[in-house]
Amino acid sequence: MSAAQQQATEGDDGYNFAYLDEQTKRMIRRCLLKAVAVPGYQVPFGGREMPLPYGWGTGGMQVTASIIGRDDTLKVIDQGADDTTNAVNIRRFFARVAEVPTTESTAEASIVQTRHRVPEDPMREDQIIVYQVPQPEPLRPLEPREIECRKMHAYKEYGLMQVSLYEDIARFGEIATSYSYPVMVGDRYLMSPTPIPKFDNPKMDDFPALQLFGAGREKRIYAIPPYTKVKSLDFDDHPFAVQQWEEDCALCGAEDTFLDEVILDDQGGKMYVCSDSHYCARRRAEGHEGKLSESAARAYAAAVGAAEEEEA
Amino acid sequence: MDTSSPLLRVRNLTHAYGNLLACSDISFELHSGEVLGIVGESGSGKTTLLNCLSARLAPTNGIVEYDLRGRGLSDIYALSEPERRLLLRTDWGVVMQNPRDGLRMDVSAGGNVGERLMAVGARHYGAIRQEAEDWLTKVEMDLGRMDDKPKHFSGGMQQRLQIARNLVTKPRLVFMDEPTGGLDVSVQARLLDLLRGLVRELRLSAIIVTHDLAVARLLADRLMVMKDGKVVETGLTDQVLDDPHHPYTQLLVSSVLQV
Ligand SMILES: Nc1ncnc2c1ncn2[C@@H]1O[C@H](COP(=O)(O)OP(=O)(O)O)[C@@H](O)[C@H]1O
Ligand SMILES: [Mg+2]
Ligand SMILES: [Zn+2]
Repeated sequence: MSAAQQQATEGDDGYNFAYLDEQTKRMIRRCLLKAVAVPGYQVPFGGREMPLPYGWGTGGMQVTASIIGRDDTLKVIDQGADDTTNAVNIRRFFARVAEVPTTESTAEASIVQTRHRVPEDPMREDQIIVYQVPQPEPLRPLEPREIECRKMHAYKEYGLMQVSLYEDIARFGEIATSYSYPVMVGDRYLMSPTPIPKFDNPKMDDFPALQLFGAGREKRIYAIPPYTKVKSLDFDDHPFAVQQWEEDCALCGAEDTFLDEVILDDQGGKMYVCSDSHYCARRRAEGHEGKLSESAARAYAAAVGAAEEEEA
Repeated sequence: MDTSSPLLRVRNLTHAYGNLLACSDISFELHSGEVLGIVGESGSGKTTLLNCLSARLAPTNGIVEYDLRGRGLSDIYALSEPERRLLLRTDWGVVMQNPRDGLRMDVSAGGNVGERLMAVGARHYGAIRQEAEDWLTKVEMDLGRMDDKPKHFSGGMQQRLQIARNLVTKPRLVFMDEPTGGLDVSVQARLLDLLRGLVRELRLSAIIVTHDLAVARLLADRLMVMKDGKVVETGLTDQVLDDPHHPYTQLLVSSVLQV
């Protein structure tokens, strides 16, 4: 934990509500309004330093800090889980600097800040989801020149993105891109839903909640207003398809969720479990069962706990 | 003389880099199906002129008009930027002297050829691939290299790939800057043969910049001879090369004969 973070999370009176000063929040809100008005368009903003290094969700945090109010309830997920170091830190941060209640339940949250996943539970019109974005420019790996990228967006010249999918098929026989899979927003702007798995792409289409994206390092904000068309790029003869698993969730038996592979031991033992930890836990509480016994659940808890410690 | 409306019309084109007049007061017309060679020694302004003609460098003065489909002769620098960019990747082709400037080195040969098709909306992988195969075959590329990246290709292969990448949208007008420059003599000969065949087969109109009079003789119907940014002589290729009038052209021709 950096010194700055230490100070911020100690909740002294030196900090404004939600950490950012009002002027910065107004500036970010203006960018958000612009982003909502032009769905999928990357709006540059004067990013502020946050008490976390880039790569830990500073862009998403600035967006959340600018929209959060005293009667909001915040949920933070990272890789689908509420209990990873990053998610816990961000949740604690806002609990201190904005004194808002936090939750692990998607349904109870008014704001969900996320890295890597869209929750499995449906979201509503009165909710907002804030994505932490590491690399907002989908054309960047193909076209290193910034000005050229901007022209491609301005003139809707997106043939090059299609070339990258062509390259996938030529090399692997199928579109192998499985994360940050490019989409067209409202038939106009190419957007990277980074870094969620393509499994979640269909959820973004016609989504009832407002979707906001913040990239801290690149200082870009973009948005998808509720009920906007979001279409994943593909070819007529290689249509877009989401990941599928041979197995169901070993813990709750869900057949239609995004699964993480969990290594259980060093003899190659593994299982697949919902990456959305809250969704999985709720199903189990409701009595759903996977094919693995209680002992496996304990082994899983131990394995995840060990991995978390290693990460931290 | 061809009395039909020209494909390209250039009037009083001048381009200056600061005080340096790289092209000065150039006027000419190019008709459909014609191949014009622009010759002259290094530094005479050929590349600058070609860039101005191909909508990639706004001239300091003068007008470049092109016979746009459905619109007739139009000032290309009065078009909006997206219109110009569309023209450059559909009805026009540009073969760059350095393949690095004209190819995507990290995209497979097939992807390089398919890019223009995808840029104009092709969305059927199988059809794009088939068309890329056809064009790679036309430029005599080994289809076994189709999924390889051009950064691993020889100079001659890179140039042939550049040609396929440009011709796939069946452009009416192709600009080429020293298309055989930097290649071995035997590779040059093969590329020239290929270019000559394609130009005839596709009835391409082309403007080819070269300092090599042998290339000009093989490909061009007409020549423009440049010296210090000015056109000093123009005419049918055989006339200009066999019976040069301007002293500079005479010098140019005789120096080639000495080689
Ligand atoms: N970008 C530039 N800036 C300044 N001078 C240039 C530039 N490009 C070319 N020149 C100069 O303009 C003249 C014509 O160059 P160029 O058009 O490249 O001739 P060529 O293609 O016949 O060799 C040369 O004197 C060259 O040094
Ligand atoms: Mg040159
Ligand atoms: Zn589950």
